[in-house]
Amino acid sequence: MTKRFETPIPDHVETGTDERSGNDKRKLPLLDPALLTPAVTDAFKKLAPQVQWRNPVMFVVYVGSILTTVLFGQALFGTGEAPAGFIGAIAAWLWFTVLFANFAEALAEGRSKAQAAALRATKKNVIAKKLKAPKKGAYELIDSPSLRKGDFILIEAGDTIPMDGEVLDGVASVDESAITGESAPVIRESGGDFSAVTGGTRVLSDWIVVRVSVNPGEAFLDRMIAMVEGAKRQKTPNEIALTILLVALTIVFLVVTVTLLPFSQYSVSVAGAGTPITITALIALLVCLIPTTIGALLSSIGVAGMSRMMQANVIATSGRAVEAAGDVDVLLLDKTGTITLGNRQASAFIAAPGVTEQQLADAAQLASLADETPEGRSIVVLAKQRFALRGRELAAHQAVFVPFTAQTRMSGVDYDGRQIRKGALDAVRQHVADVGGLFPDAVSKAADDVARRGATPLVVVDGTTVLGVIELKDIVKGGIKERFAELRAMGIKTVMITGDNPLTAAAIAAEAGVDDFLAQARPEDKLKLIRDHQAEGRLVAMTGDGTNDAPALAQADVAVAMNTGTQAAKEAGNMVDLDSNPTKLIEIVEIGKQMLMTRGSLTTFSVANDIAKYFAIIPAAFATTYPQLGTLNVMGLHTPASAILSAVIFNAIIIVFLIPLALKGVKYRAQSAAQLLRNNMLIYGLGGLIVPFVGIKLIDLLLVALHLA
Amino acid sequence: MNTNAVMQLALYLAVLLVLAWPLSGYITRVMRGEHLGPTRLLAPVERLFYKLAGVDAGRETGWKSYAVGLVLFNLTGVVAVYALQRLQGVLPLNPQGFGTISPDSSFNTAISFVANTNWQGYAGESTMSYLTQMLGLSVQNFLSAATGIAVVIALIRGFARKSLETIGNVWADLTRVTLYVLVPLSLVVAVLLVGQGVIQNFRPYTEVQTVQATVYQTARLDAHGAPVNGADGKPLMVDTAATTQTLPMGPVASQEAIKMLGTNGGGFFNANSAHPYENPTPLSNFIEMLAIFLIPAALCFVFGRMVGDKRQGWAVLAAMTVLFVAAYGVTVWAELAGNPALQHAGAASSLNMEGKETRFGIVASSLFATITTAASCGAVNAMHDSFTPLGGMVPMALMQLGEVVFGGVGSGLYGMLVYAILAVFIAGLMVGRTPEYLGKKIESFEMKMTAIAILATPILVLAGTAIAVSVSAGQAGVLNPQAHGFSEILYAFSSAANNNGSAFAGLSANTPFYNVMLGLAMWFGRFAIIVPVLAMAGSLAGKQRLAVTAGTLPTHGPLFVVLLIGAVLLVGALNFIPGLALGPIVEHLQMIG
Repeated sequence: MTKRFETPIPDHVETGTDERSGNDKRKLPLLDPALLTPAVTDAFKKLAPQVQWRNPVMFVVYVGSILTTVLFGQALFGTGEAPAGFIGAIAAWLWFTVLFANFAEALAEGRSKAQAAALRATKKNVIAKKLKAPKKGAYELIDSPSLRKGDFILIEAGDTIPMDGEVLDGVASVDESAITGESAPVIRESGGDFSAVTGGTRVLSDWIVVRVSVNPGEAFLDRMIAMVEGAKRQKTPNEIALTILLVALTIVFLVVTVTLLPFSQYSVSVAGAGTPITITALIALLVCLIPTTIGALLSSIGVAGMSRMMQANVIATSGRAVEAAGDVDVLLLDKTGTITLGNRQASAFIAAPGVTEQQLADAAQLASLADETPEGRSIVVLAKQRFALRGRELAAHQAVFVPFTAQTRMSGVDYDGRQIRKGALDAVRQHVADVGGLFPDAVSKAADDVARRGATPLVVVDGTTVLGVIELKDIVKGGIKERFAELRAMGIKTVMITGDNPLTAAAIAAEAGVDDFLAQARPEDKLKLIRDHQAEGRLVAMTGDGTNDAPALAQADVAVAMNTGTQAAKEAGNMVDLDSNPTKLIEIVEIGKQMLMTRGSLTTFSVANDIAKYFAIIPAAFATTYPQLGTLNVMGLHTPASAILSAVIFNAIIIVFLIPLALKGVKYRAQSAAQLLRNNMLIYGLGGLIVPFVGIKLIDLLLVALHLA
Repeated sequence: MNTNAVMQLALYLAVLLVLAWPLSGYITRVMRGEHLGPTRLLAPVERLFYKLAGVDAGRETGWKSYAVGLVLFNLTGVVAVYALQRLQGVLPLNPQGFGTISPDSSFNTAISFVANTNWQGYAGESTMSYLTQMLGLSVQNFLSAATGIAVVIALIRGFARKSLETIGNVWADLTRVTLYVLVPLSLVVAVLLVGQGVIQNFRPYTEVQTVQATVYQTARLDAHGAPVNGADGKPLMVDTAATTQTLPMGPVASQEAIKMLGTNGGGFFNANSAHPYENPTPLSNFIEMLAIFLIPAALCFVFGRMVGDKRQGWAVLAAMTVLFVAAYGVTVWAELAGNPALQHAGAASSLNMEGKETRFGIVASSLFATITTAASCGAVNAMHDSFTPLGGMVPMALMQLGEVVFGGVGSGLYGMLVYAILAVFIAGLMVGRTPEYLGKKIESFEMKMTAIAILATPILVLAGTAIAVSVSAGQAGVLNPQAHGFSEILYAFSSAANNNGSAFAGLSANTPFYNVMLGLAMWFGRFAIIVPVLAMAGSLAGKQRLAVTAGTLPTHGPLFVVLLIGAVLLVGALNFIPGLALGPIVEHLQMIG
């Protein structure tokens, strides 16, 4: 049995479904008109040099814009190196390039801010009842911001919980919908795995005494808001590595364009014809060549990745964690709630020799009437379905309910002098031996058969007579097998973690289609399993909720703590699932992968674009010196000026066209790496080569049609 | 390509593969410190070297000590070769009595041979004593080759190892490569070449009677040695008949073998492998071409063997081979198509035989030119400057790709692996994982080093060319003005910075300006890559080796080969399209009118 069954928890905590039960406030349309206006304003605000400096690629464009603007001024009021109209058009489009990049970033941030605002609405100053000692008693009223870590507070029905903390005393039902979007209340009590309370949530009934666990500004909600807003967003390791590559490319193209001036001057002097390339054309060439597309969209992709996590109701404590999610190659999944529905259900009565099935069902129903566990109730339901046995009034028969204890490992009822018990095979066998009964071999065999089928046998005994076996079956979730097949295709190994015996575990593992399982798992086994996988060079993801999961969560590369879990579990993990839905792990991996794929695809697209731009600009730039190079003008662009301008315009507007892709992410399919690469290379690599030829030509045609060139 | 061209290529590649595979097994074991059969005889020599140098060959170091050792070792080589050239007038084994060599030329040549470039601003037979050739240049031919191989072995160890701090012992690596690989192979090749007629002696240059007298005109001189002018103001000319010729001699074969095997390329004579004493027959030509690619090809297999997945080596080799074959195809096509101007002038064919030896012909010359520039060898059996514009652009472009198509011994493979890292970085992201190669995560440190390694040579080539075309000292060396002059300068810097050493000989480069500029380009073109590569080796060795799953980007199939080729071509194209457009491409367009 996993610990889930040993703790009485309200049913609604285990959502047990595959669907996102997210908060609608956090889901946003891709281009919300309400977000567009502030994004445009922000795009202009971000023109400040100290903002531009943070993005080296766009900073080069920024400097280029300033330089061409100065050249434009010179051409207007004196002798320019080219017609003022041409320089002015180039300068204008370079400024647009910068603004488009700013706009992309502002839009992504705006979407995140809208999500954060929804969260912040829940965070307000409240009056807290500060206690002197961790006991319900006299208190003083203070403002929540003046609470400090270690303070004791009393929270009563109707109060908002002022800060994150841990329940020391009392039990209360708490409305956590502000955080989770889940309207049904949850129980919070001291000790165990349900002792953590979150600031901003509300106590509905009863009271609790809580020790404040954080200082103001460090609370869970604060960190979530900061993360989502992107204010504290730090570049992730892969983003830094990619930025290094982009900077390197920028330096290469800086050298290429700077040296092109003396090359051109020398060519003019030896050919004795034409004029050297203009500074404007060089700047245009530079801006076209440096990876502006990915440079402009890189931070949007990161922000959008966090945003998508948020839409899935998962809060990542860092962008690093989102990135690691894409790399995961082993998923440790708790059997219960992830692979199987939360509850095992009685599916059959197998009577002992000489006992009818109905006798067994009758005894089983009696033993379960007072048993409030889901299994107990399913036995009652099965008895009713099979033999129309109705519930009986226990009190009339001086019935005494015998609850499950760790010592007896049985539960049951004393009813009209009968002692009916049900429990695990070995526990009942021991009990029968103690009371001097005989344990029939047929029952042992039946119990083994049940276990071999992956179900759990419960043996029912009445006094000294063994009546038979109840089969409790795990119900594997619909569609989960297909999900695991997808994961396998992606190269991700699934490991089922269960407290069941190996026989049962193996049967369920086979039914669910997981790659491996860990049976009779204790927390230390989990930790060892993670370490073993990591030693083999694998990245491991897991979910957990209990305090005893904390070491394993801390060890795992991607550790998703359930929001219903303890503070310790949340601290140890690097993500928190607000829905507390363990199946979410699969979604998290997909979001991580999608973010990395978007980055890679747009980088490939951006770099592949350069070839076409060379074909547009090189013949144009040297038309006067070497008219023969006109052979390279494969696009048949109208004039040298229109060719350069078309390339610059294409370079600017492609950013705008790709904003939706950056925010939404490239399409993700569960495929092997080789297939993914082939598809994305075709779309973004080959596409990146071809699209600009078409785009630049169209823009050139348009410029000619409008008599602008 | 005609049948001849296809057959020569096919034969060449087949023999190359057959020889490279067993050699790779041998190198792998030697570099592990194992002894096989006859090498046991050399083991005492190896131990003696360690004892003399006070080296503990079993003690491995991290990348920093490895790099410092290697750079100091090479610096010492520069000083030694410089000193030898400056002092050769007073040193023995100098039958022609050659005097001291100028400081700038000595500087250039010293770096040139240490950096495995073998750019030669001088003419060997009229400049260098036998002692300088043997003790200076030949020794560096061995040691620079050993340096390249040691670096790539260290990098491969970085991939193969798991969470280790060390990448090897630099002294042991250099010693083992030289003693067990380079010296025995050179011995075999030298003997084969002597069999074909390559000379090996210490004789003074020989005066011989020519078969027929060569008559040429010289200016008539007066008693003071000044030219006498005729009535029209022009110097008066008289016929002179030459009936004798001086034939340079020397220990050629021993230097020729390592010149090829070590992808050095520095000829004993000025005419390099076009000279009949260096490369007398088509068979010697074939042997020399094989020797150039032999070790670079074998190292690809060594890579596969050492990382425990032979397919990885095949993939890299396949990428190199595809690029090589394509380059060869263009060169041979361009040379066979030749120059239409020849037929316009009345010639029977447009075939471009200018600067080629008739005993090799167009195909073998094109093949040699492609091989020598694909590898960073730089030996030539024909004059690249006389190739057609596109035929000459291919050798130049092969160098500009970073000498990674087979490339120099060791340096070709480590250069290609840097490109592989670049390719997997972008492609890895496209499959939704942070990038990894051979189970090693490629993170910001690796990207920094990759960026330096990939940036260094284009910057040296472009900046060097830009300076040369801007200053009068640079412009002065150009014999062919117009676009071809630009090509000559671009070729010179491409060759120097990428450590090839071949030249468009129309550029007079033995001037202080070019000697210093090209010397610096050669040094930084070599060590601005070696140091980051070693740093990467150290960082990779320290990493966990990740497991391979279906989610891992496969780096052994055709897809990866295409990706790798794409990365090499894209970086090369982005860097050099403008330069090539102003040089060979314009020349070609002008030629076809």
